[in-house]
Amino acid sequence: MKKFLKLFFYIFFLIPFLPQVHAAEKVEYLTTNWSFKGLFGKFDRSALQRGYHVYTEVCSSCHSMKYLSYRNLAQEGGPEFTEAEAKAIAASFEVTDGPNSDGEMFTRPGKLSDKFVMPYENVKAAQAANGGAYPPDMSVLVKARGGGVDYIYSLLQGYEDPPPGVTLDDGVYYNKYMYGNKIKMANQLSDGLIEYSDGTKATVEQMSKDVTTFLMWAAEPHLESRHKMGFKAIVYLIILTILVYFSMKRIWSRIETKV
Amino acid sequence: MSKKKTERRDFLFTATAAVGAVGVGATVWPMIDQMNPDASVKALASTEVDVSSMNPGKTITVLWRGKPVFIRRRTQDEINEAKAVKLKDLKHPEKDEDRAKNPEWLVMLGVCTHLGCVPLDQKGDYNGWFCPCHGSHYDISGRIRKGPAPTNMEIPKYEFVNANTIKIG
Amino acid sequence: MSDHEYTPKSNFGKWFNDRLPLLTLANHLTDYPTPKNLNYWWTFGGILTFCLVTQIVTGLVLAMHYIAHADMAFDSVEHIMRDVNYGWLIRYIHANGASMFFLAVYIHIFRSLFYGSYKAPREIIWIIGIIIYLLMMAAAFMGYVLPWGQMSFWGATVITNLFSAIPLVGEGIVTWLWGGYSVDNPTLTRFFTLHYLIPFLILGLVVLHIWALHVPGNNNPIGIDVKKPSKDTVPFHPYIVIKDAFALLMFMIVFAFFVFYTPNILGHADNYIEANPLVTPAHIVPEWYLLPFYAILRSVPDKLMGVIAMLSAIFILAALPWLDTSKIRSAVFRPLYRQFYWILVADVLILGYVGAMPAEGLYLLIARVATAYYFLHFLVILPILGFKERTLPVPLSITEPVLGGSSNLAAARDDSRLEKLK
Repeated sequence: MKKFLKLFFYIFFLIPFLPQVHAAEKVEYLTTNWSFKGLFGKFDRSALQRGYHVYTEVCSSCHSMKYLSYRNLAQEGGPEFTEAEAKAIAASFEVTDGPNSDGEMFTRPGKLSDKFVMPYENVKAAQAANGGAYPPDMSVLVKARGGGVDYIYSLLQGYEDPPPGVTLDDGVYYNKYMYGNKIKMANQLSDGLIEYSDGTKATVEQMSKDVTTFLMWAAEPHLESRHKMGFKAIVYLIILTILVYFSMKRIWSRIETKV
Repeated sequence: MSKKKTERRDFLFTATAAVGAVGVGATVWPMIDQMNPDASVKALASTEVDVSSMNPGKTITVLWRGKPVFIRRRTQDEINEAKAVKLKDLKHPEKDEDRAKNPEWLVMLGVCTHLGCVPLDQKGDYNGWFCPCHGSHYDISGRIRKGPAPTNMEIPKYEFVNANTIKIG
Repeated sequence: MSDHEYTPKSNFGKWFNDRLPLLTLANHLTDYPTPKNLNYWWTFGGILTFCLVTQIVTGLVLAMHYIAHADMAFDSVEHIMRDVNYGWLIRYIHANGASMFFLAVYIHIFRSLFYGSYKAPREIIWIIGIIIYLLMMAAAFMGYVLPWGQMSFWGATVITNLFSAIPLVGEGIVTWLWGGYSVDNPTLTRFFTLHYLIPFLILGLVVLHIWALHVPGNNNPIGIDVKKPSKDTVPFHPYIVIKDAFALLMFMIVFAFFVFYTPNILGHADNYIEANPLVTPAHIVPEWYLLPFYAILRSVPDKLMGVIAMLSAIFILAALPWLDTSKIRSAVFRPLYRQFYWILVADVLILGYVGAMPAEGLYLLIARVATAYYFLHFLVILPILGFKERTLPVPLSITEPVLGGSSNLAAARDDSRLEKLK
């Protein structure tokens, strides 16, 4: 029993250190106090709404988000725009639909059920417009990068002049957090680039944080219910474990052997 | 063993089993609920149909939520016929006025209320629809007149967005 | 199998049981005499059954929403994660469930190694277990391909290419496996079919595994034969059932922690990038549970020999009942073997670690030494140890030492305590 418990606790306490093993030889990323980390982590609604603002104003001209629909903007655990706001956002986009009865495609204002409109028709078109580099789809981007949110957050603030001796081709930029330091996306953020409707000052740091929060939600839209359900599940399991433990003691007390 | 001890033990076992059963129930639910319509299906609520090119006496079939919807532009004769039917002759009494708000247009879920087949247009004994699967006859208002179907064909929620466009759902 | 004839109480029960002896089977399973000194390492059999059932149930559910097509697989997984009711929960249980399954199976295997459970008369149980383990690896590998991310695609490419090492027919076999000239849609659909099939093969083998177990009965920490039923045994129900349930719940807490709080930690970020046949990720790493074998593969500089070494590392286990020449089962009474056992555990952990690291420089050297030691352990150390080792005296029965007066010896649960007493 003692040994078993010991092993159990070893496993349990090793879990938090697993990512460190993964990230053994990587650069130190910038980080900030993410509201969605931890056992009760939740998204900051206003950060999500601001993050969506940054995405539409800045990122969406090159980066698609093909797994998100406008209805997601109103869904629980997300930016939680009101249904009317989400409808207005959707209607502000032109969506290609069809074919109609004449067999032709037509455009109409977006509906809640529509997916986010993509900036390019396909990957090839995206590459052609961006000097051969495909701006990756952002739906699951946070989960598709080793450093997760910290990596994205750092990358957005990691533009620097190249150190002496490093030459850059045309259309290639230096970023100290990018793998290999060479990135084809130019620095997009600058202080005061956009104006937040809630009056928050749009510094580069603030915008990076907001848009990264938004991307985290986009990649894990059910994070809040996951955390909530997880807490309940684990509390429940602990209670049941205790009950079963005492039942076991009682059953085994019928014979002299200890458990 | 004393009586008191037995009771305590029973309580412990009962409590354990009860708490365990709650957990099993809570675990089973997601496995069942996953088969219900998902968020993307629920979001596809409405379809808009352009009916500007339809002449009286013509029926078109459109797809809404994976089911056929019949849209018929009825002739004056058909409207008169539908209105003339006495309610007591109907298996499922409904006035034609209640089924077609604008008597010229009948918008109806094209699904037989018997077992879900799609009835054929302008067939059957009542000048309306006829279901080939088990022989249900519907009149020009989509009401069941003869055969095994229990109720009239269903009227979905719809509205005229403008003179030429019907929005179903 | 039972030692006593079982007759159902009710008339219907008798009528039914005469025609299909399900009640006799149920009675056998509940009354099954189990050594009463089994420690918690023995609970992993039950935990593994739970893992298998969980994987099958969640897998069935996922298969209702998943689309096995190269163009749609990735999208359908995202659809499950975003739109299907509780889809994220079910997928995370299934994905982390694979890791939990392997965690449990490794503990189960190493328990067997420590207590000599593979020795006569339990060789068949052991060999069936090895086959189950192989099938688990196949199922896990093919399951990992299904989301059609970058790791799925390149993992499939690398692993299927192992077969090209076979002389003469290798290339032909690989093309046959792929159903084309690269990993593509035909590969995905057949992997999906097999991934769906294999768990049921495992289920069948588990039945055989348990059947074969119930013939000689359980081994136990002391490793001596017990008479059954006797005062050394307890009926499976309720004693072992409740103990297994307790251990299972502890296991489920760890499981739940992964699912709800770190669901992607055991996966690889690259698998959230859709498969792209034109770009290989910087580091191709298999799931953690395959890393030791991956390290063995990479430690051999020759392609064919590497594959042979990797497969031998698994198949050598099947020969273990005959490689271990010791008459004593339990490591509790084998002081030297016990030390080599822990060295082997460390060796496998080291192999796992270097398997995750780039195959170059110091890592490669360590991998080679560890690989050599792995084979040395089974092929040289174990056979010699059986003859040379001076073992400790083994008690005659589980209860005997208790009757002899030394109170804690009974369970031999804690071998360090036992050592002190010697």
